[in-house]
Amino acid sequence: MDIIDLFSHGFIQRALIAGSFIAILCSTLGVFLVLRRLSLIGDGLAHVAFGSVAIGLLLRVYPVYVAIPVVMLSSLGILKLIEKARLYGDAAIGIVSSLGIAIGILLASAAGGFNVDLFSYLFGNILAISNVEVVTSIILSVMLILIILLFYQELFSITFDEESAKASGVKTKTINTILVLLTSLTVVLAMRIVGIMLISALLIIPSVTALQMAKGFKITMVIASIVGVLSVILGIFISFVINLPTGATIVILNFIFFAIAFVCKNLRS
Amino acid sequence: MPVDVLFVDKLSFQYNSTEVLTDISFHLKAGDYLGLVGPNGSGKTTLIKLVLGFFKPTKGTISLFGYNPAGFEDWYKIGYLPQKIASFNPHFPATVREVVAMGLLSKKGFPRRMSKSDDVPINKALELLDILDIRNELIGELSGGQQQRVLIAKAMVSEPEILILDEPTTAIDPEIREKFYGVLKGLNQNKNVTIIIITHDMGTIGKYASKLLYLDKRVIFCGSFEAFCVSDDMANYFGEFAQHLICHRHNSKQ
Repeated sequence: MDIIDLFSHGFIQRALIAGSFIAILCSTLGVFLVLRRLSLIGDGLAHVAFGSVAIGLLLRVYPVYVAIPVVMLSSLGILKLIEKARLYGDAAIGIVSSLGIAIGILLASAAGGFNVDLFSYLFGNILAISNVEVVTSIILSVMLILIILLFYQELFSITFDEESAKASGVKTKTINTILVLLTSLTVVLAMRIVGIMLISALLIIPSVTALQMAKGFKITMVIASIVGVLSVILGIFISFVINLPTGATIVILNFIFFAIAFVCKNLRS
Repeated sequence: MPVDVLFVDKLSFQYNSTEVLTDISFHLKAGDYLGLVGPNGSGKTTLIKLVLGFFKPTKGTISLFGYNPAGFEDWYKIGYLPQKIASFNPHFPATVREVVAMGLLSKKGFPRRMSKSDDVPINKALELLDILDIRNELIGELSGGQQQRVLIAKAMVSEPEILILDEPTTAIDPEIREKFYGVLKGLNQNKNVTIIIITHDMGTIGKYASKLLYLDKRVIFCGSFEAFCVSDDMANYFGEFAQHLICHRHNSKQ
């Protein structure tokens, strides 16, 4: 089977389109999260998404509909814990994350296990996404990317230094809220591609790879997006051709790109 | 009658039930140049954060250009350099130009967008601090002194009416430091910019500032450097020998 034949499959086309949009979104957002030392918020919210999926499956409601509000509320909970309980970000993420996964396990256990359905969310299955999911992914990705572009200067400013941003009139609380809400929606969107277990890789690795080659902030975001999209496209093809799990293949490719960038940077210096 | 640029009245601030500042009162008019000095932990940075509305006072009032800092909107009037260098993220992937451009944010309406014309004030600020040649370098790849000058340029780029600088000359070599104080003097005298500098270098600040506020959780002294040198309160606080040493150093630098 050659490359052209692969493109003729509807499910490959859907995976490539939805995956590329979500990769751009994750990579762009990831640059802000990594530099704000909030890299693991994706992981924490993914664990909450696991709990939400379990609730959805138990109530026989489409899990994404449950995950969106629950993950968004949890991200606001993380912000409140940092602000009010004066916790460091990693501790606040840890609390919400373990609570999410505990709820998921309890519900799965109470329901006698959800087997295939729950596993498809845990490990992702981009090749099985429907037309509706593709359209939803595109619309949401475009909307979220537009929001990032709209608030780019504010996000850039609080990422560099929150105190200076405040003294420039940036409403830092509002921008922090926007950042975590964007992350929540991205996590829910991305869970169908790489799965709950591997979402944070899509947020972190392309950004860290781009940081190895950084020559400016905007260019870092562009490089991160290119790396993210390339990993998704190559991951889909390679996993299909040699029959590997797609999500894991995408993550491994991301790591390979990071390793190449890291070695090149060190050879240069 | 012109409004004070900054008016602080009977200000007190507690953090976790610890009194950090007690009964602070002072005011600044347009064109004043204040040296804010005092030992470590005396509340200098906290006072600035209260002035900028980052914290709420426990008691007392602050008025910034006639407004309570909590409702202040005219941020373009303020240039602020936080006490920075120690917590600077060395891997931040921004160029010098991108960092200095952030100083213009307060002048932009939503959605904030940078334009080509912003290069004029950016280049001017970089030129003032002798760093125009590194405008396309990554800030993380510069020396500590160069990074600090970039951050000072960011505070100055919007041509603010008040410049608040928290230990601005940290990591800067003596030659550039003198030049930097010269730039501030020019802004203060020619453009009537009000300046607040937190520093430990009392000798140098005495040479430039029109007012000195010595803080140690409360106001120990507020007045001119000349008055500081003959103040009995300061003689009692420092001991006469230390007071003479500071004032002698100041005089010998003139």
